[in-house]
Amino acid sequence: MPQGEHIQLHQKRYGFRLDYHEKKRKKEAREVHKRSAFAQKVLGLKAKLYGKKRHAEKASMRKTIALHQERDNKHKAEDGAPGSAMPAYLLERDQVERAKVLSNTIKQKRKEKAGKWDVPLPKVRPMAEDEMFKVLRTGQRKKKQWKRMVTKVTFVGNNFTRKPPKYERFIRPTGLRMKKAHVTHPELKCTFCLDIIGVKKNPNGQSYTTLGVVTKGTILEVNVSELGLVTPGGKVVWGKYAQVTNNPENDGCINAVLLV
Amino acid sequence: MAVEPPTKQQKLNPVELPSNIIVQFQSETGDTTGPQLDLPHDATPAQLEMLLNGLLQNDDKLPYSFFINDQELADELGGHLLKHLVSVETALRIVYQPQAIFRVRPVTRCTASMPGHAEAVLAVSFSPDGKQLGSGSGDTTVRMWDLATQTPAHTCKGHKNWVLCVAWSPDAKYLASGGMDGSIWLWDAKTGTAAGCCKGHKKWITSVAWEPAHMALPSRRLVSGSKDNSIKVWDATTRRCLFSMSNHTMAISCVKWGGDGLIFSSSRDCTINVWDAKDGKMVRSLKGHGHWVNTLALSAEYVLRTGPFDHYGQAPADPEEAKQAAQQRYDAARGGRPERLVSGSDDFTMFLWEPSTSKTHTARMTGHLQLINQVQFSPDGRWVVSASFDKSIKLWDGIKGTFAATFRGHVGPVYQVSWSSDSRLFVSGSKDSTLKVWDVKTKKLKLDLPGHADEVYCVDWSPDGASVASGGKDKVLRLWRN
Repeated sequence: MPQGEHIQLHQKRYGFRLDYHEKKRKKEAREVHKRSAFAQKVLGLKAKLYGKKRHAEKASMRKTIALHQERDNKHKAEDGAPGSAMPAYLLERDQVERAKVLSNTIKQKRKEKAGKWDVPLPKVRPMAEDEMFKVLRTGQRKKKQWKRMVTKVTFVGNNFTRKPPKYERFIRPTGLRMKKAHVTHPELKCTFCLDIIGVKKNPNGQSYTTLGVVTKGTILEVNVSELGLVTPGGKVVWGKYAQVTNNPENDGCINAVLLV
Repeated sequence: MAVEPPTKQQKLNPVELPSNIIVQFQSETGDTTGPQLDLPHDATPAQLEMLLNGLLQNDDKLPYSFFINDQELADELGGHLLKHLVSVETALRIVYQPQAIFRVRPVTRCTASMPGHAEAVLAVSFSPDGKQLGSGSGDTTVRMWDLATQTPAHTCKGHKNWVLCVAWSPDAKYLASGGMDGSIWLWDAKTGTAAGCCKGHKKWITSVAWEPAHMALPSRRLVSGSKDNSIKVWDATTRRCLFSMSNHTMAISCVKWGGDGLIFSSSRDCTINVWDAKDGKMVRSLKGHGHWVNTLALSAEYVLRTGPFDHYGQAPADPEEAKQAAQQRYDAARGGRPERLVSGSDDFTMFLWEPSTSKTHTARMTGHLQLINQVQFSPDGRWVVSASFDKSIKLWDGIKGTFAATFRGHVGPVYQVSWSSDSRLFVSGSKDSTLKVWDVKTKKLKLDLPGHADEVYCVDWSPDGASVASGGKDKVLRLWRN
């Protein structure tokens, strides 16, 4: 035993203080609050460094939790046989699980006309105009207030050309423009990073749809050609709809669920 | 800026063919037929056919197709020569090939979608007489279907796991099915009852083949290949394993029973083994592939499958006569040449073998960009068609192994192909959920048959040519007719 470990030695000899564990538990419970208070107060470079450290800690914590969960999960016995029946010539080939053929085209067209889809998020929080837009004051004396800046993530098509800035009513900041979405296929349970083709419908209003604003619950059209989906007629499906499931303006990415 | 002078006009007259062409007919084997003939350049294939029928002194007119330097003659002789720049300095050799005297009409529509299976349909097969249809499925049942009314006839329960392959005996009395559970069941074609079960394989059955009708009638023996690396020959009446052959070191992918008393087996250990069907001795091992061998096809496979039944589905009632009929059909199909075998592999190539005489290949066929899942000889043995995961189908000369054409159109891997009995058309089933009918003569897509809701796992064209059956992941069996 190294020198100077008096406390440990004392504990070994006489045991813990009677309230030792109680105090320890409380201290640990207080720790998070303390940390949070520090995190909120800290400024500048220190804040940056602290944030980075916490991020790394959290990432590793999440990983270990996932590891433990995996151990606890029940796994199906892997006997080499896939779940659904397969012909002999496909057995033991590492095939990419492919989606079922997506519901027929006629149905989808009808829905498209009505502008209604069965979506994973049927209701979204309505968003007021002052949350969506920030008023920009213009003019030499900064007294004109007709300019608006979109504060949400937007999708801007490739062939978009700006109006002369002087007359541009809506500004879509380049920092909040996104072209890709992480789209989850609900049946395959896997996620693909797909190009956005367009914004089909923003639940908050037609004007947001035309502006290409992407908020939670928005229906996007994404390019699924690399998924290899096929229509019953044998054509490759190109565009499919997906609904946004997160708040892209908060997260910095678009997560969406494919509408099957 | 200097202006470029106009290009000089060619002063030559357009190429003119002599009005008459000296022509020499040749059979497929290279024998000359008749004297050299002086023909006008506007002779059509129909006129050539008439002429040839006269030269060969055929009583009833047979259809022929004509080839000049391996290019099929489609229109007038002179036009063809101009188009393909064939020299007429020497006597023009025209190779003629007899065509089937009957014509199968292409299937155009889905006449029945027959639900019944509760899981994906993994195998379909028409009986040799074309009157019955059997299908095996992931729901562990084998079903037989009534083709006249397009309704289910029998449900055969017995397997404990998926049914992976089905095979009709050449006398159309039994249907054998191999399953994921390693057992082979025999089903009576008339009543749909189980005639017996052959157990012995430790892992799933990948392929089943019957002994050809001209060697034994009524059919008694069948061979099965399994994932457990062994091949077993079974007696169908006693359901006993006669002998077992295990030389392969990996799963068997395909077994075929040849017409000359040989059994061929392909395996994932990259080899093809040839066995003696009498006692199970290994005759030779065909090596050459660099990856799994997926599939085999025999040049006379159509005849071996249909046995004594002609293209009307008729066979002599007496077994002895039927056996002779089968022998005649087999001899006609073989045409004096040794039996040919073609193999398709995961190394994207195919090999053409003459396994009864040599262990070296006669041709190596390259061109596919993905693995080859199935190869099929045309019923007349003249063409080979290969289905590949690179979404294309390729047509090859079945004798020389040279490339003939590529058929593109599928947007997913092509799983299976099946020839019509007149060798003029074939149908392909693909992962993209469609069937497509292709024309060999024009080398083009003839018909697109959408209808399945999911991957098409198996396709079969009935031996009488009337209908096509297909099954797939969407659990329904579809019948296509014209």
